[in-house]
Amino acid sequence: MGAQKKGATARVSEDPEELARHPLQAILLADSFTTKFRPITLERPKVLLPLVNIPMINYTLAWLESAGVEEVFVFCCAHSKQVIDYLESSEWSSQPNFSVTTIESHNSISAGDALRLIYERNVIHGDFVLIRGDTVSNMSLTQALQEHKDRRKKDANAIMTMVVKQSKPSPITQQSRLGTDELFMAINPVTKQLLYYEDKAEYSKGFISLDKTLIADNPSVILHNDKQDCYIDICSQEVLSLFTDNFDYQHLRRHFVKGLLVDDIMGYKIFTHEIHSSYAARIDNFRSYDTISKDIIQRWTYPFVPDVLCGSSAIKVERQGTYRASDVTLSRSAQLGSFIFIGQGTKIGNDTKISHSVIGERCTIGSNVTIEGSYIWNNVTIEDGCQLRNAIVCDGVILKSGAVLQPGVILSFKVVVGQQFVVPAYSKVSLLQQPTQQDSDEELEYADSTSGTGELRSDKLNGDIAPDLSETASELGTGGVGYIWKVFEGAYDEEWRHSVAPIPTDKLVKLMLDRDEDEELLTQDGNVISASGELKTDSDGNGSEDDDNEDSRDDYVSFEKEVEATFLRAVHENVKVDLAVLEVNALRLSYNMASVDCGGAIFYSMMKLAVESPHNSASELHRNAADIVTTWQKLLKSFLHDIDEEIEVILKFEEMCLESAKDFAALFPQILHLLYDKEILQEDAILRWADEKEGADESDKVFLKRSEKFIQWLREAEEEEEEDE
Amino acid sequence: MPDTQALVNDFLNKLKKRKIEGSQATAKQTAELLRSVISQTRMPYTNQAAALIHSVKAVGERLIAANPVELAVGNVVRRVLHIVREEDLSLTTAAMAGLNLSAESDDEDDTDRDNHPALSAAAIAAASRSTLRPPSLQTLLEDVPDSAAVPHTSSSGGDSEGKSKSADKSSRSRKLKHDVIEAVNELIQDISTCHELIAEQAVEHIHQNEVILTLGSSRTVLEFLCAAKEKKRSFRVFVAEGAPRYQGHLLAKELVTRGLQTTLITDSAVFAMISRVNMVIVGAHAVMANGGVIAPVGLNMVALAAQKHAVPFVVLAGSHKLCPLYPHHPEVLLNELRSPSELLDFGEFSDCLDFGSGIGAPLLHVVNPTFDYVPPKLVSLFITDTGGHNPSYMYRLIADYYSADDLVLERRTTSGN
Repeated sequence: MGAQKKGATARVSEDPEELARHPLQAILLADSFTTKFRPITLERPKVLLPLVNIPMINYTLAWLESAGVEEVFVFCCAHSKQVIDYLESSEWSSQPNFSVTTIESHNSISAGDALRLIYERNVIHGDFVLIRGDTVSNMSLTQALQEHKDRRKKDANAIMTMVVKQSKPSPITQQSRLGTDELFMAINPVTKQLLYYEDKAEYSKGFISLDKTLIADNPSVILHNDKQDCYIDICSQEVLSLFTDNFDYQHLRRHFVKGLLVDDIMGYKIFTHEIHSSYAARIDNFRSYDTISKDIIQRWTYPFVPDVLCGSSAIKVERQGTYRASDVTLSRSAQLGSFIFIGQGTKIGNDTKISHSVIGERCTIGSNVTIEGSYIWNNVTIEDGCQLRNAIVCDGVILKSGAVLQPGVILSFKVVVGQQFVVPAYSKVSLLQQPTQQDSDEELEYADSTSGTGELRSDKLNGDIAPDLSETASELGTGGVGYIWKVFEGAYDEEWRHSVAPIPTDKLVKLMLDRDEDEELLTQDGNVISASGELKTDSDGNGSEDDDNEDSRDDYVSFEKEVEATFLRAVHENVKVDLAVLEVNALRLSYNMASVDCGGAIFYSMMKLAVESPHNSASELHRNAADIVTTWQKLLKSFLHDIDEEIEVILKFEEMCLESAKDFAALFPQILHLLYDKEILQEDAILRWADEKEGADESDKVFLKRSEKFIQWLREAEEEEEEDE
Repeated sequence: MPDTQALVNDFLNKLKKRKIEGSQATAKQTAELLRSVISQTRMPYTNQAAALIHSVKAVGERLIAANPVELAVGNVVRRVLHIVREEDLSLTTAAMAGLNLSAESDDEDDTDRDNHPALSAAAIAAASRSTLRPPSLQTLLEDVPDSAAVPHTSSSGGDSEGKSKSADKSSRSRKLKHDVIEAVNELIQDISTCHELIAEQAVEHIHQNEVILTLGSSRTVLEFLCAAKEKKRSFRVFVAEGAPRYQGHLLAKELVTRGLQTTLITDSAVFAMISRVNMVIVGAHAVMANGGVIAPVGLNMVALAAQKHAVPFVVLAGSHKLCPLYPHHPEVLLNELRSPSELLDFGEFSDCLDFGSGIGAPLLHVVNPTFDYVPPKLVSLFITDTGGHNPSYMYRLIADYYSADDLVLERRTTSGN
């Protein structure tokens, strides 16, 4: 009380900026307004789903509390009653200096609606933290807040600070480790102002376009693709009123952020704050659920790790990242691998193998069960001999003996899988039937918000669930209960991207191949835009006319070009030989070439590189070639499996010396010797080449004659060997 | 009561979130909290000690659960429990003495007791300690007659109940609480002055032109070294930086500002440098009953290096760091694993931690333990605020500070009380 009065008197004297001594507030959106976690979110709100056995919202609240936030407004929409009930019964309702207030809405269908509603309530009085209930972080807010306030003092238009973190996207899948699409951000390196934000870049186009004024107005701009948006925003009050003014703002990023960046009338600015040592990430899809669970188990989120959050007496960390509650019944022969979590009251039977998994409370796991990379929630029964790989299994599920879950399976609440039944990969199984009114519109993203009614639907369903089930029991084997949701057309392609299971290797190879095509085109011509144009003609060419001989010749030429570009890139970027082999292999598959062609093409590119690198004399050229051959001999050799392929290389070389690289003509025998020395060519191959050439035209024999000495020597050596034997 | 409840919750929260760093601060705050818990406890007419013990235990249990890694919390809780028992006992013995002196009438007892202030609680506690405990080396040396007729297992609560009939209840209850609070105040005082007490002994251990090695940063070590410096000793200090938190850097900076000749080395250079070192002086996180030390990570390596080159390995520890438990006790959580981000930059390594490809499991695992366990045989000397001790003597020292009844603070025992 006294302190407050003091604050009030101080207000008069100090300047108006300083008077903003409000308790730090936060808005927590306890609804993702997406359907990515369906079918689970039909029955339980996303924020209450357990993340390493603790509801997600607890991580967010614990972080807010430790970051010094004093007042949190939790906006609930879907399943609002469950969220409110949970918060009321949890420790959060009775914290000193940390109040959690819930705001309920039944008709908000987007984050925009939520913020408009909060604006109407008029509860936010100063800067606030805007966060989702599915964000895990351990960053300190002090510095970011201070930066935000300082900027505000200088420029009232700096209304938002976004927290970003370095995280390299996978070059193959073009997505981050959290399963979100590669994000492009243009940031002014000095002021940290955000100038461009694009999370839905179209790779098919192969380029992103920046406004030219952006470059003109800023002395320096850095375009990042290795930043991850943490979805933690420090906002000023204006943000709320902006949402109210622009009633069409729905999505925080897609509409609001992009809207502000494009709009130059109002001149509002968004800045970024990069965190380095601390952690922040948002669970956006099943892949990020998997990734963040593993990060938590590896303690990147310390002190928000299970043993600290639950009190260490309940859960102990053992060697190799094993978290075990105090009363787990473990068979002597059970094998627990590393990075696992086992909750209270769980029983595990004989010879069961568990690794990289989270197992909730009061689960019963039989004998000879294999569990890998799976998330098993509470009260699950798994009978003998089941196999689970990279699956999510919700509360109350029963797996009858011998059931198998293939990677990426989601079993929603209380599903029963019949004996020996194999649930196919990426299937989503629920007791609730798949909602029928599916349109693949963008609008669908928000449909989760109607699950306020979804809840009702489920209640209704509960009544007549029994008759339904008898009909569909066959869907999950004998005694199975639940519906396998159908995957929509088109969506299947993307299913593996966001699932809990790691991306299958065949997809990776396919992606790598696609990427090579793109990069190839880029390297052919420095100009990005024309490259994209070429991509079109190229794909047309490949796609439409594919049956005549001329074309296969063309194919070979373009294949050779691709290999050459790949090789050059490998040389310039120091790519590992293994990777280069993989890439060339991928190219071979896509062009339907034999490995003979690969060997030839690689050799061709190597020699071409040697010729093109600067040299004055023949001996220097020889040295160049020797260097390159030495460095990349492994690459070349991995495509030369038999003598025919080796002969092909010699022929290729001959051809080169005649046509494209005449410099080599003089060096032919030396290079041949070099290849022999490096064991790239066997003597049999050279001799057979010589034999074949024996009967050819005189003109064709030029090189044979030149290398006569060498071949002679080889023959003698062979004879000697034979004599030795 | 709600007042203390809020305090307790607040403190619990801080402990849980690991917001209090350092055993001394934790110990002090725990003692202060327990003091207010004691002062708020309503005293019943009979068996007051038991009531106090009960309320302290109830709070203490929660505090320990909040951060079991910080053993200082448990130590202070047990110290306070011990204080309650001792004060209760001293009052009882005082009452008995009063009874013996004026056996004629019960009425005189009252005045008698008031005449007794000369017999301070502490003195009686010391006397009773000797009567209640199996003969300690100290008591033997001090030559106090060991008339231990009362076995130490006998519940002091029962004792007091039996004897309190004679004593004036209201005054006694006030007296007990008052005495306990006084003693807890002394404990707080002890905790806050332990650095000075330890530092006073510095001159006896650090000699002219010696080379001292330490790892990481400890306030006790800093004060110790500075005290020697102030006494005009000139010596050199090697500071191992103490990865991954590099607190050695701060210590080195602090030492230099105090005018000490300082050399900063990496942890991995310790073995190479140890042959030039005369003495290793380090702080501890906790000292266990067997004389083993739970110390910042890296110290076991230093201790082994010191042993190899026969360099004395000296551990400085305030008495609040003495833990009555053995390291194999199931309640002792030896270590805490902190965030790997202290070791490496997440952003730089984010591609190694991509679970989307490959086997779907991280190939990179970063382990960042906070503590090491240094076995007693590697420690040459402990310097506590009561002086220097051999590791094998620690259990005796601990027996002076804690009651055997309090070693296990579980709900089971509280309900049994």
